[in-house]
Amino acid sequence: MSAPLAPARPTRLSLAVRDSSTMLRRNLLHARRYPSMTLNLLLTPIMLLLLFVYVFGGVMSAGIGGGGADRSDYIAYLVPGLLIMTIGSTVIGAAISVSMDMTEGLIARFRTMAVYRGSLLVGHVVGSVLQVLASLVLVGAIAVAIGFRSTDASALEWLAAFGLIALFTLALTWIAVGMGMASPNPEAASNMAMPLILLPLISSAFVPIDAIPGWFQPIAEYQPFTPAIETLRGLLLGTEIGNNWWIALVWCVGLTALGYRWSTALFNRDPK
Amino acid sequence: MTTTTSHSPAIAAKGLRKAYGDKTVLDGIDLVVPAGTVFSLLGPNGAGKTTAVKILSTLITADAGELRVGGHDLAADPQAVRAAIGVTGQFSAVDGLITGEENMLLMADLHHLSRGEGRRTATELLERFDLLEAAKKPASTYSGGMKRRLDIAMTLVGGPRIIFLDEPTTGLDPRSRHNMWGIIRELVSDGVTVFLTTQYLEEADELADRIAVLNDGKIAAQGTAEELKRLIPGGHVRLRFTDPSAYQSAAVVLREATRDDEALALQIPSGGSQRELRSILDWLDTAGVEADELTVHTPDLDDVFFALTGPANVRSQTKETVR
Repeated sequence: MSAPLAPARPTRLSLAVRDSSTMLRRNLLHARRYPSMTLNLLLTPIMLLLLFVYVFGGVMSAGIGGGGADRSDYIAYLVPGLLIMTIGSTVIGAAISVSMDMTEGLIARFRTMAVYRGSLLVGHVVGSVLQVLASLVLVGAIAVAIGFRSTDASALEWLAAFGLIALFTLALTWIAVGMGMASPNPEAASNMAMPLILLPLISSAFVPIDAIPGWFQPIAEYQPFTPAIETLRGLLLGTEIGNNWWIALVWCVGLTALGYRWSTALFNRDPK
Repeated sequence: MTTTTSHSPAIAAKGLRKAYGDKTVLDGIDLVVPAGTVFSLLGPNGAGKTTAVKILSTLITADAGELRVGGHDLAADPQAVRAAIGVTGQFSAVDGLITGEENMLLMADLHHLSRGEGRRTATELLERFDLLEAAKKPASTYSGGMKRRLDIAMTLVGGPRIIFLDEPTTGLDPRSRHNMWGIIRELVSDGVTVFLTTQYLEEADELADRIAVLNDGKIAAQGTAEELKRLIPGGHVRLRFTDPSAYQSAAVVLREATRDDEALALQIPSGGSQRELRSILDWLDTAGVEADELTVHTPDLDDVFFALTGPANVRSQTKETVR
């Protein structure tokens, strides 16, 4: 290579961005080539949505708003919860694919190449966030198709809702990536990520907190899904948000920081 | 690239140590690999070969040792080492979910090649490794030999000057194995330095300029194949009989010979030169011994290997390693 023609030495940052986007392209290629994994994960929230609206909807609607509510009221109540639940269900894909990467020989190749160290994890995180957002669009479209309408959301509230969803997705993705790093194989990763599906079941997604039996209430109240659901519900439907918005924010920031530290610490450890 | 590295050795290790808990895997190893040569680390399973490769290729850190690869200090500047090396580990390092071609383009992107250059390099290497036909198929559908070839092709994308191959032919059929040898020879003819581990003695003998026998975390011996063979005696002439009575009478006459009653064979120590051979034949004629089969054995790396690695369990190891 002749020196005068060589491009200016790329900066560390531009190399980091370039390697990360290469890894992201790889993850998106996997997702496009094998959409079945994401679709499988999406099945749970979609099934629950249809089950609770069409099968249990009549009974469930009696339980909210002090009676006199009908099925469409319950759809309105349910959808914000299921959107947040969709995030929890689909980030499990990140745990599984990270674990798959870590248990295969390919990771050793990446580690012995002069690429930006964090690129693999960044690629997984960004790829997972994009997949979750696409899943949310799909679940949201089904919700609208079966009659969900936002009653009382200004442009600003829509923006806040998107912001909340993005932050919550990022937080859960980093946690899922940490779970993938900590698991010895993809099966274990998917088991370890089970709370991400189970927690929203014991949250305010399906019924209000005060309708949950007493000894379940603390679990429902002191966990990340409930404040996020309550905030989203308030933004889209105008229900009372109270202090849920900042509790949700604290959860998002806290989980992101925790998941990031956990994942990078595990990644920087000497592999076996 | 840099001219300074061509005079310094490609790989130099001094006092390389690694322990997991209280199990010492590498116990102070010294290695020097001149640029443009093939170096083979030979040893039984569990001797520490893979650990040595993992350390020298920056995958894991050493506990102690002065280590330089491609002229760069491993501890101080691992990224510079990574830019100089290519690694093909023991386990397939291909992305099975995407096609062979996509695997190659992924490597090209990670080496920051331009789009055109990346495509050209990918096609060139796929062709060279006879993978062009399967290029559009997912790598998970490849056979063991094809995966290995793709693995090596991916390693070559950045044009590394130093290549680590950890047991590159383990699990390959004889034809794929010979193809792999051809590939390695080709690399060397381009001036690439190859650091090779193997448990096949024949492989080290075929390919390596220098061989180090690793046993129990220590280098038991180091040198060219010839030098290693000279280290131990072991040349002999073997006479085999089909008739037990002929064997018995020959055994009485040739008292210096080592007996193998089961095989009806006698072994007479000999260096294998023409002169020595003639005197043995003359002696057999005068004694009236007529063997049904006569073979000359020169010491091979097998003899060296078994002599150097764990004399206590030579027998069990013979069965285990030579399959």
